[in-house]
Amino acid sequence: MGFRTLYAEGRFWSHKPVNDCFCPIYILNPSFCCDYRFSSVKNELLPSHPLELSEKNFQLNQDKMNFNTLRNIQGLHAPLKLQMEYRAARQIQRLPFLPSSNLALDTLRGSDDTIGFEDILNDPVQSEMMGDPHIMTEYKLGVL
Amino acid sequence: RRIMATVSVCKYYPGGFSFDNCKRNALLEADISKLGFSSPAARKTGTTICGVVYKDGVVLGADTRATEGMIVADKNCSKIHYISPNIYCCGAGTAADTEMTTQIISSNLELHSLSTGRLPRVATANRMLKQMLFRYQGYIGAALVLGGVDCNGPHLYSIYPHGSTDKLPYVTMGSGSLAAMAVFEDRYRPNMEEEEAKRLVRDAIAAGIFNDLGSGSNIDLCVITKGKVDYLRPHDVANKKGVRTGSYRYKHGTTGVLTKTVTPLNLEVVEESVQTMDTS
Repeated sequence: MGFRTLYAEGRFWSHKPVNDCFCPIYILNPSFCCDYRFSSVKNELLPSHPLELSEKNFQLNQDKMNFNTLRNIQGLHAPLKLQMEYRAARQIQRLPFLPSSNLALDTLRGSDDTIGFEDILNDPVQSEMMGDPHIMTEYKLGVL
Repeated sequence: RRIMATVSVCKYYPGGFSFDNCKRNALLEADISKLGFSSPAARKTGTTICGVVYKDGVVLGADTRATEGMIVADKNCSKIHYISPNIYCCGAGTAADTEMTTQIISSNLELHSLSTGRLPRVATANRMLKQMLFRYQGYIGAALVLGGVDCNGPHLYSIYPHGSTDKLPYVTMGSGSLAAMAVFEDRYRPNMEEEEAKRLVRDAIAAGIFNDLGSGSNIDLCVITKGKVDYLRPHDVANKKGVRTGSYRYKHGTTGVLTKTVTPLNLEVVEESVQTMDTS
């Protein structure tokens, strides 16, 4: 069965202030857009929830803290070596528009042994959005 | 034919909580209150939960009422959640939060105990819970009473929604906690026998049930000892639902029949169509 998809034909992303109206349709803009949610200038400047920023940076902050502790206890080489391994594992990815399992990264972090909200809610494997393959590879290669 | 939505460039979002709808919800709240309605309330367990350490182990107790604002949403809900074979946790606060939190911690503890090869300790569960609740700064409204018996003996912790914990011989949580604590403060003594401890917890929960609107219905108990768990649900039906003593139905033949006419309706089958269900 076909369904009506509303999409904007124009080339510009309209930044409408979200004071008194909100549109529940997803606007698929064929030109460059980083966010598939409806956006406005106000949205991007202020966090909508006190936890938003802390949750976005949670993993980074944890890692920073752990590496600092490791440096203080075991010396400089220990965190350097571990960060090198992380960097290597982070590069094992599939094609730019396909989700990758990050198995090596999970094993290094120890998060293959734990279940958190990131495994239950909004699992990226089950996301219903996909980037356009051609545009995504061009973006990754910097040709876009 | 299925059409998957494609966006031109899609950033990778790592999963977990998504705060997309917060601004929309704030706008909706303002609009709805202008119209005079109220937004739907989360189901809470306005509760009495408590726990006590006795000679051989831990007794946990809870009432069984779940409220949604001023209405009883569930007359017999189970507030004592399983964490591991030797650890159980009572939950007060937002019902979904306590349920999900205890399930996540239970899964994590299971994986952890498979890694270490040992029976999990109550202190581990406590540490995991408090680290998670502190991470979410109290937005996860789960107030818990965690109790269990491990290799170091019986332990009892109370965990608050912001992440602080207390290790005590007797604890109460929830809206009926003051009533229950009054009973504990009066009659608790260290190293009680099992029957005495069960009676004390039952009386504490009953005090919460009868003196607090947010608690009610039955009393559940969970007795945890080394190697054995007694989940008594319900231990005591403190509020029995009333039984109707009479019936307003009339017997057959009360009304006399004067005349009877039978009119058969002839229905013809005009059209018959079969719609196959798409079960793919």
